[in-house]
Amino acid sequence: MQYLPNIIFAIALVFGIGFFSKNVKKLSRNIKLGRDVTVDDNKAQRWKNMAKIALGQTKMVVRPIAGLLHIIVYIGFVIINIEVLEIIIDGLLGTHRIFAFLGSLYDVLIGSFEILAFLVIVAVVVFWIRRNAIRLQRFIKPEMEGWPKKDGNLILYIEVVLMFLFLTMNAADFQLQQLGAAHYQQAGAFPISQYIAPLFEGMNIDSLVLLERSAWWLHILGILFFLNYLYYSKHLHILLAFPNTYYGRLRPQGQFNNLEAVTNEVKLMLDPSADPFAAPAEDVGEPEKFGASDVMDLNWVQLLNAYTCTECGRCTSECPANQTGKKLSPRKIMMDTRDRLEEVGKNMDANKGVFVPDGKQLLDDYITKEELWACTTCNACVQACPVSIDPLSIIVEMRRYLVMEQSAAPTELNNMMSNIENNGAPWPYNQMDRLNWVNE
Amino acid sequence: MSEELRVKTMEEFVAQGAQPEILFWVGSAGSYDDRAKKISRAFVKILNKANVDFAVLGAEESCTGDVAKRAGNEFLFQMQAMMNIEVLNAYEIKRIVTCDPHSFNTLKNEYPSLGGTYDVVHHTEFIKELMDKGKLSLEGSVYKEKRITFHDPCYLGRANSVYEAPRDILKKTNATIVEMKRHKKTALCCGAGGAQMFKEPEKGDMDINVLRTKDALETNPSIIATGCPYCNTMMTDGIKAHEKEDSVTVLDVAELIANSI
Repeated sequence: MQYLPNIIFAIALVFGIGFFSKNVKKLSRNIKLGRDVTVDDNKAQRWKNMAKIALGQTKMVVRPIAGLLHIIVYIGFVIINIEVLEIIIDGLLGTHRIFAFLGSLYDVLIGSFEILAFLVIVAVVVFWIRRNAIRLQRFIKPEMEGWPKKDGNLILYIEVVLMFLFLTMNAADFQLQQLGAAHYQQAGAFPISQYIAPLFEGMNIDSLVLLERSAWWLHILGILFFLNYLYYSKHLHILLAFPNTYYGRLRPQGQFNNLEAVTNEVKLMLDPSADPFAAPAEDVGEPEKFGASDVMDLNWVQLLNAYTCTECGRCTSECPANQTGKKLSPRKIMMDTRDRLEEVGKNMDANKGVFVPDGKQLLDDYITKEELWACTTCNACVQACPVSIDPLSIIVEMRRYLVMEQSAAPTELNNMMSNIENNGAPWPYNQMDRLNWVNE
Repeated sequence: MSEELRVKTMEEFVAQGAQPEILFWVGSAGSYDDRAKKISRAFVKILNKANVDFAVLGAEESCTGDVAKRAGNEFLFQMQAMMNIEVLNAYEIKRIVTCDPHSFNTLKNEYPSLGGTYDVVHHTEFIKELMDKGKLSLEGSVYKEKRITFHDPCYLGRANSVYEAPRDILKKTNATIVEMKRHKKTALCCGAGGAQMFKEPEKGDMDINVLRTKDALETNPSIIATGCPYCNTMMTDGIKAHEKEDSVTVLDVAELIANSI
């Protein structure tokens, strides 16, 4: 019976990590539903971008207040994970504070974890105030209603609870160490929890052990829960920011890709020796669809972008269309893409891994034409994203579908395009008059 | 402008068995739009003054296809691109300068994979080059008392990271250069990009150009400088919306320089 806690712990760990892995597989399958695109150029620059943007948080500090608070929470979570390592070893082996042999280094570690935990609590409280009391514009846009708003707050609550459990566990431990309880050797420094400990004064050793054990268990179970919460939340960015910044664009922002399928057709059209009546070669498959009307038409980097988005709304707050009251919100483009992709994934789960057409698509059912046509392609959203997401590429891909597959551009744009076709300028002027400006 | 401009076409160069040092890509706006034509003329005045051996394509130039591409018409874009590339390659063009950041971006970044690789510079970069080489010097008094704020065109700034060239040459006018709160990487679009120039905006509570002009007016300028014919139109309309056309003018960097030589 004495091994019961170890066994329960091992089971919890296996379940927690197992379930998460299952969802990671789903995530990876969904991302791979996107069109293939090769991203293997300039690896050195890509690693550098990942180090700078994801690890180094360089684009977060463009907005200093949010950036600084975010760095606190980020460092807090990365560092406190060293403590989680100890907890896991202790849980499996039935030991207590196995790293205590590190002596004064251990004191420094535990002490800094505590200070970080305290700072995380402060940062999270400020985050909550920004979202719920000050109600910053970007957090109360229409696309944030309902689940996205709850999700944002839930993450903050979980983080505060985890930090409090950690500090409570330490405070009870500290108290037990003072009382010289068995198994609770003198170890660690408690710069923060020493101020919580007085609350437990007068409690006997049994109650303190119960308190310490409860906090310890709830803390690690909470972490396992949080790990599994990620897949259902915008919080996935803590993992995906790394691959996303690696695969992020290196080309100048103004450079849009040239569709290869179009290039082949245009070359054929301009080739004077091509026989327009020639029978197509035998193995010609279905002609490639131009642009995107659904998530499967986007490439996998764009789908990875969608899962990485943490809905911070910096893109939307920089968007000229959004600032002037248009419906377009680059953040909503990313959220819609993820929602639709999840819907497609669930459809596949329910149909033995095969997608059964559901009469819905990303275009119209999620993203409207009005949103797509409001974009000025100014790249402010791309510039603003702290994790290298490119909402503009999705907007352009969907415009391509509207124009090339559906001929559904606004009338004025159709006029402009037929002018280009007829006289090589977006206005109806004679090409022979191109040089008239010299003598006017 | 009554001044005689010296402009030769590629055709004329070839007839004389010569090759210019650079091709001036005028662009559709620069060729047909009444306001933008003045920018083309101002830029040529600079080229003439610095004795630059340049050519234009004239009637052989056609729309780069940029606006079709941003609108989603990849077909039309590539048709235009390949026809232009055929002309440019036949003339063995190596270097191109243009006053339009959209042409600049497309020629520089999107033509190479279709077979057209050229050294493409924006006119503000080229003017700076002329100044650095000592081929162009300014009187430096015309705008001395003026306050100038520069609006970064998206396809010059964010899209291609050209921020300093226009500012460097503006400083040479000895005017006071003031920055808008949002400038360089965080500059707000004028509202014309992505084919918006050719359509009515979607329903909203304000036009983008009016908002951007507000940014500019907050610096209390006498001149709003731009480096893009479309930005120029948008900002000029914005000034009218704010009823400031009597006190503030919108000028291209090339015009400011042409007036100072």
